[in-house]
Amino acid sequence: MSPQKHNSPFGAALAGRALLGAFAKLDPRAMVRNPVLFAVEVVAVLTTILFARDLVTGGPDLLFSGQIVLWLWFTLLFANAAEALAEGRGKAQAESLRRTRTEMTAKRLTGGANRDHETVPGASLRVGDWVLVEAGELIPSDGEVVEGVASVDEAAITGESAPVIRESGGDRSAVTGGTRVLSDAIVVRITAAAGSTFVDRMIALVEGASRRKTPNEIALDILLAGLTLVFVFAVASIPSFAHYAGGTIPVIVLAALFVTLIPTTIGGLLSAIGIAGMDRLVRFNVLAMSGRAVEAAGDVDTLLLDKTGTITLGNRQATAFRPVSGMPERDLADAAQLASLADETPEGRSIVVLAKETYGLRGRDMAALNATFVPFTAQTRMSGVDLGGSSIRKGAVEAVLAALSVAPPSPRGGNAALAFRPADEPEAAAEIRAIAEEIAKAGGTPLAVARDGRLLGVVALKDIVKGGIRERFAELRRMGIRTVMITGDNPMTAAAIAAEAGVDDFLAQATPEDKLALIRSEQAGGKLVAMCGDGTNDAPALAQADVGVAMNTGTVAAREAGNMVDLDSDPTKLIEIVRIGKQLLMTRGALTTFSIANDVAKYFAILPAMFAALYPPLAALNVMGLASPQSAILSAIIFNALVIVALIPLALKGVTYRPVGAAALLRRNLLVYGLGGVLVPFAGIKAIDIAVAALHLA
Amino acid sequence: MTLDGWIQVALYCAIVLALVKPLGLYMTRVFTGAPTLLSPLLTPVERGLYRLAGIDGRQEQSWLGYGLALLVFNGLGFVGLYAVLRCQDLLPLNPAGQAAVPPDLAFNTAVSFVTNTNWQNYGGETTLSHLSQMLGLTTQNFLSAATGIALALALIRGFARASAATVGSFWVDLTRCTLYVLLPLSVGLTLFFVWQGMPQTLQAAVEATTLEGAHQTIAIGPVASQVAIKMLGTNGGGFFNANAAHPFENPTALANLVQMVAIFALGAALTNVFGRMVGDERQGWAILAAMGVLFLGGVAITYAAEAAGSPVLNALGLLGGNMEGKEVRFGLAASALFAVVTTAASCGAVNAMHDSFTALGGLIPLLNMQLGEIIVGGVGAGLYGMLVFVVVAVFVAGLMVGRTPEYLGKKIEAREVKMAMLAVLCLPAAMLGPTALATVIPAGLAGPANAGPHGFSEILYAFTSAAANNGSAFGGLSGNTPFYNVALGFGMLAGRFLVIIPALALAGALAAKKTVPASAGTFPTDSGLFVGLLVGVILIVGGLTFFPSLALGPVAEHLAGAAGQTFGAGG
Repeated sequence: MSPQKHNSPFGAALAGRALLGAFAKLDPRAMVRNPVLFAVEVVAVLTTILFARDLVTGGPDLLFSGQIVLWLWFTLLFANAAEALAEGRGKAQAESLRRTRTEMTAKRLTGGANRDHETVPGASLRVGDWVLVEAGELIPSDGEVVEGVASVDEAAITGESAPVIRESGGDRSAVTGGTRVLSDAIVVRITAAAGSTFVDRMIALVEGASRRKTPNEIALDILLAGLTLVFVFAVASIPSFAHYAGGTIPVIVLAALFVTLIPTTIGGLLSAIGIAGMDRLVRFNVLAMSGRAVEAAGDVDTLLLDKTGTITLGNRQATAFRPVSGMPERDLADAAQLASLADETPEGRSIVVLAKETYGLRGRDMAALNATFVPFTAQTRMSGVDLGGSSIRKGAVEAVLAALSVAPPSPRGGNAALAFRPADEPEAAAEIRAIAEEIAKAGGTPLAVARDGRLLGVVALKDIVKGGIRERFAELRRMGIRTVMITGDNPMTAAAIAAEAGVDDFLAQATPEDKLALIRSEQAGGKLVAMCGDGTNDAPALAQADVGVAMNTGTVAAREAGNMVDLDSDPTKLIEIVRIGKQLLMTRGALTTFSIANDVAKYFAILPAMFAALYPPLAALNVMGLASPQSAILSAIIFNALVIVALIPLALKGVTYRPVGAAALLRRNLLVYGLGGVLVPFAGIKAIDIAVAALHLA
Repeated sequence: MTLDGWIQVALYCAIVLALVKPLGLYMTRVFTGAPTLLSPLLTPVERGLYRLAGIDGRQEQSWLGYGLALLVFNGLGFVGLYAVLRCQDLLPLNPAGQAAVPPDLAFNTAVSFVTNTNWQNYGGETTLSHLSQMLGLTTQNFLSAATGIALALALIRGFARASAATVGSFWVDLTRCTLYVLLPLSVGLTLFFVWQGMPQTLQAAVEATTLEGAHQTIAIGPVASQVAIKMLGTNGGGFFNANAAHPFENPTALANLVQMVAIFALGAALTNVFGRMVGDERQGWAILAAMGVLFLGGVAITYAAEAAGSPVLNALGLLGGNMEGKEVRFGLAASALFAVVTTAASCGAVNAMHDSFTALGGLIPLLNMQLGEIIVGGVGAGLYGMLVFVVVAVFVAGLMVGRTPEYLGKKIEAREVKMAMLAVLCLPAAMLGPTALATVIPAGLAGPANAGPHGFSEILYAFTSAAANNGSAFGGLSGNTPFYNVALGFGMLAGRFLVIIPALALAGALAAKKTVPASAGTFPTDSGLFVGLLVGVILIVGGLTFFPSLALGPVAEHLAGAAGQTFGAGG
């Protein structure tokens, strides 16, 4: 499912299948869903019948009308092929997904002790059943881990070969049916019945089986149907006008005029554009549960981003040693390094790195020093090291100060008490607080260090704002999107990070309720809000947001609430999702504009050809200098059909979105697709006319 | 073309533009219920009218209620006018002793005035009594104009309001528009016209003896008062059959200029009302700019074509502009300008015979109407017609900025597109359908006075003028026949009410929506780019529909003329 594994859109097998699909889609029951193409089909059938009659009775211009009829059918087939081609990519993915969903059995717990279980077919599982899954087995259906922890291979879904940890409780409890447990054993409570699992939904989505027209597509269909009707009036009145002028216009010519005028280009490519948009998301490893969500992504006004992992690197890093007065900075660095040697947290490692970088302090061997590591606990909120008669602790400033003042006896023995012997440094404590506040104001997190009851100083930990994120936000601002950073930090720290990252606003000390309230207030102002989340407590906000992207690693509740699932669980993707949404809408608009603008040239090709017999001076309207009336009409209809084929790659790839602001974007696209749409067919029809004349086709 | 001619055009545009802001401000205050200069005088009258009619002035209506009120009111107006015309021989103020108007002509005339078309199959001074003119026609001149403005207001409110269930009160809009806007301006204009020499009397006719001793009966009557509202309300129905080409209906060059200004004044100012009510005057100016581009393009083509004259005559060595059917007093520029103004707006008053224009000169008035008279347009009707096109333009191109289409913070979705397309659709149907019928049946073919493409243009022009509610005639066509009376009557009804109903539904749908605040990603609708886009969409969507008919009419005639081919008189 990763981008590399995708077939090229024009792979031979796909193209072959698309061709077959194109014929299958001629079924009028399917065609009636698309008003423009249905109109073309009606005209094609009608002209075919007339042509067959002429063939029998020996009518005039059989070669000419035969070609027109042929190209009418080609127009339809090309449009169908575009849709089939777009669907084809999804179908190929669906097949590979289906292969993972082979017959499987499940160990359903019978409720007895010692994980007593019976083996049942996977399909017989009901929601609420508990099943045991052991190493090497496939998880039979979607569910939530209720007991144990295991590493799971989710490559079947995400394409990512590195195993992920799934454990009961917390935000990483959801497991997906069809993924494989690699180690340990877990008990899973089934949350989806057979047929409605995540994989099932994914198959339906990529296959386009559950595809419904999106609101904008419906509106566009109405516009296209309306334009088709307008041209029905325009063309249907021509025979009487011609009669008045003392002539007649062959039905086949009227049919050609009608089909070239109605917006067949966008009508033919509309559904392919939508399918390709969904497909682009899928290739980004994001599953949109509906096309509506993709459209909404393009419209997003406000982006709520979690600070950690999106704006900052997941881990804080040590940036400076700030000793209390009279304490050499090197001593502080030395103590902090010792306390962190065995600390495997990213913060701890960053302290070791900083000590090495600033003072060249090398890592020392804990065993050689005869040191014992004292890990972080929720009670002490400190970690450190005991070596010989000495004791070093580091931790949150308040925790260290509290430990100094009361010097509690260590519950776990050791010589923790040694570290905090006398509480005799009120000035140092005041100084520490001052330094800590300064660090917090700058957006950092202070970590106090004490050795043997003496406060040495503070290590400044800093959230590291991701490289290039500031530029991303500037880009979003140019797109007209406001970014709001959500963080649990205090307002002071949050403000500093917000300023550094360049977000427009922040929500500090945010609770899930705050998030929900923020979304609601934005929406009340008419704005569309996007956010991503993984935890169960994110679920209400995910459901409320217009675009809610749930992380695949998240809980079942979060995944149910969001309207998109990110299989890579990468919160920065929200920005890409918005871009893909915009790209989809732009492609639709560009091809609509192009399609309608094409009509000018087509009129200038067909009208003089049609009317010059009635009023010869009207031949002056033949500004393209087309060879003959018949070749003019034929060239217009050939152009009309071929332009669909020519635009299939654009429809599938999408128009490039540049975050330059709406005005600049509009100027560029109007120039390319509006003005280009007026001019290109003049050249195209003329070129085809030259070919048609050279081949003596008309 | 002469510099003098273009100065006239420039002067005209300058006056209209100068009036946009003050009139826009005044009208905005009137329609939002704010006090105005005339309030002390008119507020008691307004209250009295509401009390008389049993209306609560504060009670607003949903789009459906608004629409029903509008339809019932106009329906009753039609019945009343029809009755007056049919019974005018029994009613007072008929000094010339005019007979009752025949049923088909009365139907046509009543529809014509109720729909703000003022198509004249009747000959004013030879068919109608003073009472019919004053009580019947002039009343509808006011009310049909007020109806158009009321509808525009409903649509403006649709854009201006958010999450609202109502679009205003039809009764209040109608009353305020008539009382505060149309009546005072008409009184002022009437006095001005009387000063310029227009008759305003209840006398029947003046008997005159010419120098050669011949007796002449010169019709006069309450002309000035009717002309004032005929222009202001873009009605166009003249007191005399010759309309504004008649010296009593258009006595001086100054009167001619003021009449043209009066045609555009309210329609242009309504764009400013729109801008003010949606809270951004630039939006109004953008719409007016799009109208201005189309207008000046039309004036340039018509003026150039008329100044160049007939290619056939030029070939015979008769150089110079085309003065056939024009008042020598007004000349080429003022006639060409008047023709474009009157068809850009849905006025239909004429100071020259459009039938006698050159082929291309006549094409522009025809195209103006085919586009739906959205270039300033009929009072109210022009703005709501233009806004319908704006919805279509925004929907087509709005997606290109990567958002679903929106205009003034309103998302344009399926329902809005449906209503806009219904409104757009009905014009080609009502114009091309009957033309297609009339060009094949004998009753229709009996109408035109000319053969060939010009005869076709005459038929096309008649049905276009009717459906666009313009009322100007190409002349040449004998329209007072049962077929044309009835067919044109239905064309007028379709062109008016089949646009009004979807436009009101659009207003209701928009009013109910939330307003999305604008951002850097929002489709800009107050820029030159948008003006260009709007003009393009109007010409492509509106214009291309009619390209075949124009090709077979004026274009064929022009090209044939250039090739020296002429067509004889027709049926």
